[in-house]
Amino acid sequence: MSKVFVPRDSAARSVGADEVAAALAAAGHQVIRNGSRGLLFLEPLVEVETRDGRIAYGPVTVEDVASLPIATAGAHRLRLGKIEDHPYLRNQERLTFARCGITDPVSVPDYVAHGGFEGLNKALGLAGSAVVAEVTGSGLRGRGGAGFPTGIKWKTVLDAQADQKYVCCNADEGDSGTFADRMVMEGDPLMLIEGMTIAALAVGATKGFIYIRSEYPDAIAIMKEAIGAAIAANWLGANIQGTDKSFYLEVRRGAGSYICGEETAMLESLEGKRGTVRPKPPIPALEGLFGKPTVINNVLSFAAVPFILAQGGAAYMNYGMGRSRGTLPFQLAGNIRQGGLVEKAFGVTLRELVEGFGGGTFTGKPIRAIQVGGPLGAYVPASQLDLAMDYETLAAAGAMVGHGGIVVFDETVDMAAQARFAMEFCAIESCGKCTPCRIGSTRGVEVIDKIVAGEDRDANLELLSDLCQTMTDGSLCAMGGLTPMPVMSAIRHFPEDFDKPAALAAE
Amino acid sequence: MSGKTTLPDQTPREATVAREIALRHGNRADALLEILHDLQEQLGFVPEAALPALAKSLNLSRAEVHGVVTFYHDYRREPAGRHVIKVCRAEACQSMGANELVSMIERFLKVKLGQTTADGAITLEAAYCLGNCALSPAVMVDDRLIGRVDAGKFEKIAAECRS
Ligand SMILES: Cc1cc2nc3c(=O)[nH]c(=O)nc-3n(C[C@H](O)[C@H](O)[C@H](O)COP(=O)(O)O)c2cc1C
Ligand code: SF4
Ligand code: FES
Repeated sequence: MSKVFVPRDSAARSVGADEVAAALAAAGHQVIRNGSRGLLFLEPLVEVETRDGRIAYGPVTVEDVASLPIATAGAHRLRLGKIEDHPYLRNQERLTFARCGITDPVSVPDYVAHGGFEGLNKALGLAGSAVVAEVTGSGLRGRGGAGFPTGIKWKTVLDAQADQKYVCCNADEGDSGTFADRMVMEGDPLMLIEGMTIAALAVGATKGFIYIRSEYPDAIAIMKEAIGAAIAANWLGANIQGTDKSFYLEVRRGAGSYICGEETAMLESLEGKRGTVRPKPPIPALEGLFGKPTVINNVLSFAAVPFILAQGGAAYMNYGMGRSRGTLPFQLAGNIRQGGLVEKAFGVTLRELVEGFGGGTFTGKPIRAIQVGGPLGAYVPASQLDLAMDYETLAAAGAMVGHGGIVVFDETVDMAAQARFAMEFCAIESCGKCTPCRIGSTRGVEVIDKIVAGEDRDANLELLSDLCQTMTDGSLCAMGGLTPMPVMSAIRHFPEDFDKPAALAAE
Repeated sequence: MSGKTTLPDQTPREATVAREIALRHGNRADALLEILHDLQEQLGFVPEAALPALAKSLNLSRAEVHGVVTFYHDYRREPAGRHVIKVCRAEACQSMGANELVSMIERFLKVKLGQTTADGAITLEAAYCLGNCALSPAVMVDDRLIGRVDAGKFEKIAAECRS
């Protein structure tokens, strides 16, 4: 009986992993449901354990199963060889995703056998301030989009005096083109639990929440399973590993609202209220959940922490460029031949990601535009593929890293339609608190429609530009504040799409 | 108040279910989203008649509960079809033809986004990213994610929903 691995990741399942796993089990093989390696274009990826490592086949369909030479791990049309030698994996720098795809996601023994809980073990023996210092020294910045230094945030919560503090994980992952949080939760959820527990020890919190979007039912289920496993193994809950430290963790579902990814709207939502944005100050680090000091971080920020504690902040700091330290799990998405998760140190160029790893467009047509950093991120033209991915370089180019989503469009894209969608999305998802966002986005859609129809084009382009300025200046949060980024970048880089002859536009 | 005096103020079953679910969550007001999710799972939607009972259990005003129910896209105010199909309309899926896919599906099912098919089998809804952006276009059938959706795949999905 051979041991085979078939991911339980929902992307893998979305293209038939369950059916493949069932067929393999029916054929008498021992099937382990691992996380995904992130080579999503090869899913369902089947790995066969051999004495020389794991031999992969993919993408496998149910029809292929009968012909797979599982017993010998021998030749086959779909054979990829040792998965670690695949250039897509070999050329990555996997610190956060080092374990994803190797282990059974909810197995504590697997996790521990692959370096899991080393960071927490260390943190249990340190003072909170020493843990914070390690994180500060790593240079880690928030991976949710804003890039705020994580150590500084933690220090604020540590220094706050309160009878209760909280640690909240933002797993709302609303940005289109992103799925790294989902892959962590489905593929290595114990790492998130470890990262959050380290945060709790660092700041003196005893209670935590993971706010997961409802569009992720698998992640919700696996996360709950993993919490149960961690508690059973005494890595979570009361008196962790026999110490006097306790941390209680709960999963909460979102309810289909993009704005609840904004941290203060998330807090409202976690309190059972409408997801409207709170004005700052007060900052959540001082007055967060139920008015108490609260650490809020993205999944990937927490997930980077176990490595930082285990290997030291300096080891993480060694990767990256400028003020962007460490690695970022980029997500190659959209019209791309080899879509998936690529973890690289900051400084990698867009070209290396999109052409090198991604292999160009799925359709085989030339790349025209790339939206970097989610629906509030800029559209970058193909001429700027040599941009280095780091917070400052992208900001200087009028773009942003965001949560690392990279969405590729081929030459058939209509950039006026993309700009219109950005406004439409803002209108749908606005929390309604401020006028520039709530009303401005609806006006924006109308104005773009007029421009495309050729109505007073110059005047309306100017109006749109003013409207964007008003949204940028007068919005309480980045929803209204950044929607102009995709809109104006589309106009700046692709003016021809807003200036089609009326006859063409009417088609 | 709605002025619909023909209906009793609380349909007992809905109110009872609401009270039970709230109790299961310790009558905690901060768990309102979870409670509403559970309610919708059990009843298929969030009926108006359940809200006063919920408000009472959680010690909230009716307006507060109502405000939450209407704020979030997930909560349905009326029953849905036997299956809910969400089609991703966000950027990565757009780059792989999501707009055309939506039109195709609307023609095929003879409904618009937000509507339910005449046979009550399928409610069609829009979603904005399902986290499957490397395998676009994506749809979600109830809790099952499906990638690389095309006309052929969709027709099979629809047939399964109707069987
Ligand atoms: C409209 C909007 C949506 C956001 N969505 C998310 C999200 O889905 N996930 C996330 O981690 N941060 C999101 N953020 C950023 C959060 O407000 C916050 O900066 C972040 O959770 C802090 O964690 P970090 O420092 O680890 O990045 C969003 C911000 C805005 C304005
Ligand atoms: S900018 Fe938009 S989403 Fe943000 S607080 Fe204002 S209305 Fe709400
Ligand atoms: S954009 Fe469609 S699944 Fe993410």
